Amino acid sequence: MILDSQLPTIFAVLMAFSVLLYAMLDGYDLGVGLLLPMENEGQRDKMIASIGPFWDANETWLVLAVGLLLVAFPSAHNVILRELYLPTAFLLIGLILRGVSFDFRAKVIAEHKARWDRLFKLGSLVATASQGYMLGLFVMGFEHSFTAVLFGLLSAIGVTMAYALIGACWLIMKAEGELQLRAIKWARITGVVSFVGILAVCITNPIINVFVLERWTNPPLAYIFATVPALCFAFFVIGHATLKRLPLKDDAGCWLPFVLCVCIFTTSFIGLALSFYPWVVPQQLTIFEAASAPESLRIMLYGALVVIPIIFAYTLFAYRVFWGKVGDLRYY
Amino acid sequence: MADVMLLSRIQFAANISFHILFPTITIALCWFLVYFKVRFHISKHPVWMRVYRFWVKVFALTFALGVVSGITMSFQFGTNWPGFMEKVGNIAGPLLAYEVMTAFFLEATFLGIMLFGINRVPSWVHTGATLLVAFGTSMSAFWILSLNSWMHTPTGFEMRDGVAHAVDWFAIIFNPSFPYRLGHMLLASGLTVCFLIAGISAYRVLRGDNKKAPNIALRTAVYVAAIIAPLQILMGDMHGLNTFEHQPQKVAAMEGVWDTTKGAPLLLFAIPDEEQRTNHMEIAIPKLASIILTHDPEGEIPGLNEFEGKHPPVKPVFFGFRIMVGLGMLMLLSAWVASFLLWRKKTLSKGFLMFFVGMTFSGWVATLAGWYVTEIGRQPYLVNGVLTTAEAVTDIPSGNVAFSLALYLIVYAFLLVAYIKTLFLMARKSVEIEEYSLSELASKPQPMKEVTA
Ligand code: HDD
Ligand code: HEM
Ligand code: HEM
Repeated sequence: MILDSQLPTIFAVLMAFSVLLYAMLDGYDLGVGLLLPMENEGQRDKMIASIGPFWDANETWLVLAVGLLLVAFPSAHNVILRELYLPTAFLLIGLILRGVSFDFRAKVIAEHKARWDRLFKLGSLVATASQGYMLGLFVMGFEHSFTAVLFGLLSAIGVTMAYALIGACWLIMKAEGELQLRAIKWARITGVVSFVGILAVCITNPIINVFVLERWTNPPLAYIFATVPALCFAFFVIGHATLKRLPLKDDAGCWLPFVLCVCIFTTSFIGLALSFYPWVVPQQLTIFEAASAPESLRIMLYGALVVIPIIFAYTLFAYRVFWGKVGDLRYY
Repeated sequence: MADVMLLSRIQFAANISFHILFPTITIALCWFLVYFKVRFHISKHPVWMRVYRFWVKVFALTFALGVVSGITMSFQFGTNWPGFMEKVGNIAGPLLAYEVMTAFFLEATFLGIMLFGINRVPSWVHTGATLLVAFGTSMSAFWILSLNSWMHTPTGFEMRDGVAHAVDWFAIIFNPSFPYRLGHMLLASGLTVCFLIAGISAYRVLRGDNKKAPNIALRTAVYVAAIIAPLQILMGDMHGLNTFEHQPQKVAAMEGVWDTTKGAPLLLFAIPDEEQRTNHMEIAIPKLASIILTHDPEGEIPGLNEFEGKHPPVKPVFFGFRIMVGLGMLMLLSAWVASFLLWRKKTLSKGFLMFFVGMTFSGWVATLAGWYVTEIGRQPYLVNGVLTTAEAVTDIPSGNVAFSLALYLIVYAFLLVAYIKTLFLMARKSVEIEEYSLSELASKPQPMKEVTA
């Protein structure tokens, strides 16, 4: 049986899991939006076609993550969204603009299509930059200082680059020919910048947060923890080497960069989670203090145990339906 | 912090009002799509596919707007109403979580297959995906309306240290006003879509498109409206009786009754005056309000003066109610007359078609009016009798709220204009495109008997 005292941890894991899934899944479609080449309409059509069937479900992981934060840790939700009020508004406006441009671009008169594509790109940028900024402020413990803003801005650039990276890797997998070559180039550039960004966070985080430094330098756990960043950097190196060789004959290994990206996102995320557990608002609230009533958590948990496997099953089904290289964009 | 409160309320009202426009359409439109697709399977007649193709595009556009505005909604509780989650989060949370888990993922995932998968899966799988999306949108309405109804008629909980704790989930989900609100909203969605389809189809016919597809769509919409308009009035009446039992102050505001009255008249028109606590310019039918609400010509209706200081602002509730009911009656009348004409004469006159074009978004107006009656009618409470709106408001600096509100309003105004323009543009485009595909089809040896309507 599950004890009441275990519920907060379970929900923290569930929430972390949906944040990570969100970052990877919406990450690749936001990334594709960031990379849209304004001078080449054919490539834009292909790129958007590659994410068309998925973006909505991808974004739903954000709704679940915020929902879990709201319902499982209401007081943390209040603090976080109050601190991040304006960046949240920007994030939402960005998501609105790109979500609708998607559909409008296919339905308006031809001369207006490029305008909606530009809005799509802009919306993606606003959304990724605000997410990065929010992450930066979170790491800084929602301090109100110049350094915090600066770090937020750096983080905005880093996260945007990471999204562009996973978007490019998605395209390497889904596209062919010239677009694929372009995607490989994009991936190489954004890969290097993301690498620098992650390195910067790894260095800054323990400098700012003493408790993080202690955790990462306190043996014997620190040895185990150290494998996480080590793996992350290894994935970067392998990825860099792979990108140099792509594309191979018969498009072998076109999926490898994407898988490596998933590994990079996962290890980075685990790294952050290890740093901050059990804080849900750094230095202010732990998941145990913020959790809502056990009877409410319990009824959600039972639902989640039944429903989440079903969600996985039909998500996999949807990916199987659209397996393979992307064709032309066809709206029905 | 009166201004933050006012701004937060305006912001919430603006966001939810913008959001609800799109669910109102998607919930019922998807069932129409299922119907079109099934008709196609049964008859194999391409015209049903053509109707499907046109309306699925409208659906895709509407759904996209519904999703993005919905995502904004899910942040609203935390950003503007922290007190809401602190006090009733134990109840609201699980209901919202179930909505995400059972509805949002379902509709979002199968939407991809529905919109892009028609050539990649067998036709029946595609129809199944459409059905699942329709089911998902209705599930979403189920959960959110359960929560909203609970805010009007809270049951199944107890207060411990000022925080609501769930005692009986069944009583919470199926709270007293829920069946009526769900039924009324689903029918509202149905009517909104009927008049949307009728309006756009009438527009196409007026533009000289006398092929079968728009005519069939128009006919389907008018017939469905003729059936559900009376059901909606009946459901509205039952809803009102239920409200009379649980929130008499709201009904008093809807009916404009100031002093407790036996044999209260039904006011067709009046201007309520909250300063002098009376109505001006009344046009009334004697005793009818008492008959409707108590089934007794001498039945007693408690007046607003019994609830001084604890009743909602009267004017918006009073007028909102009249707009909704007036439109409901107009919808009933027009659907019945049009059905009769279509049945007997097979066509509608140009004037009548223009009337339907004018009614295209009448469902939106009625739905919004209805929600304003319901929600403003609950004031000053957020959760009836448990939590007031003032207790729930955020303490964010009002400048930030004003800024975000302005941003949202600009984006919403822009998107609403773009949406409506694009709908009519699609209608005009399809007049040409389908003509083209018709001649293309005609050049193939295919048994086609659908050149005229
Ligand atoms: C009666 C119906 C109804 C009402 C009152 C609301 N919604 Fe809604 N919502 C839907 C019916 C709906 C829907 C039919 O399920 C939508 C509309 C179009 C769509 O894509 O799904 C949707 C979409 C939608 C989404 C995006 C889902 C996705 O990613 O697919 C979110 C997050 C919300 N809504 C949240 C809310 C919140 C927090 C509300 C209240 C405060 C709310 N909605 C009121
Ligand atoms: C979908 C159609 C809806 C519309 C058009 C609508 C409209 C409104 C309006 C106009 C107000 C402001 C009332 C006032 O301040 O006088 C309001 C308040 C509120 N409604 Fe709704 N509402 C809808 C649905 C919902 C749902 C589904 C929920 C929650 C589950 C909800 C929760 C609230 C809350 C929390 C407030 C408090 C804010 C306030 O009083 O301004 N509403 N709504
Ligand atoms: C013509 C007869 C109608 C009657 C007697 C009627 C009655 C009512 C009543 C009494 C309420 C308030 C319930 C409450 O807050 O407790 C309500 C709300 C509402 N009405 Fe109507 N209504 C009618 C027509 C319509 C039409 C035609 C539409 C839309 C197409 C509509 C849409 C709504 C909506 C969306 C709400 C708010 C949600 C709810 O509380 O159910 N109504 N109606």
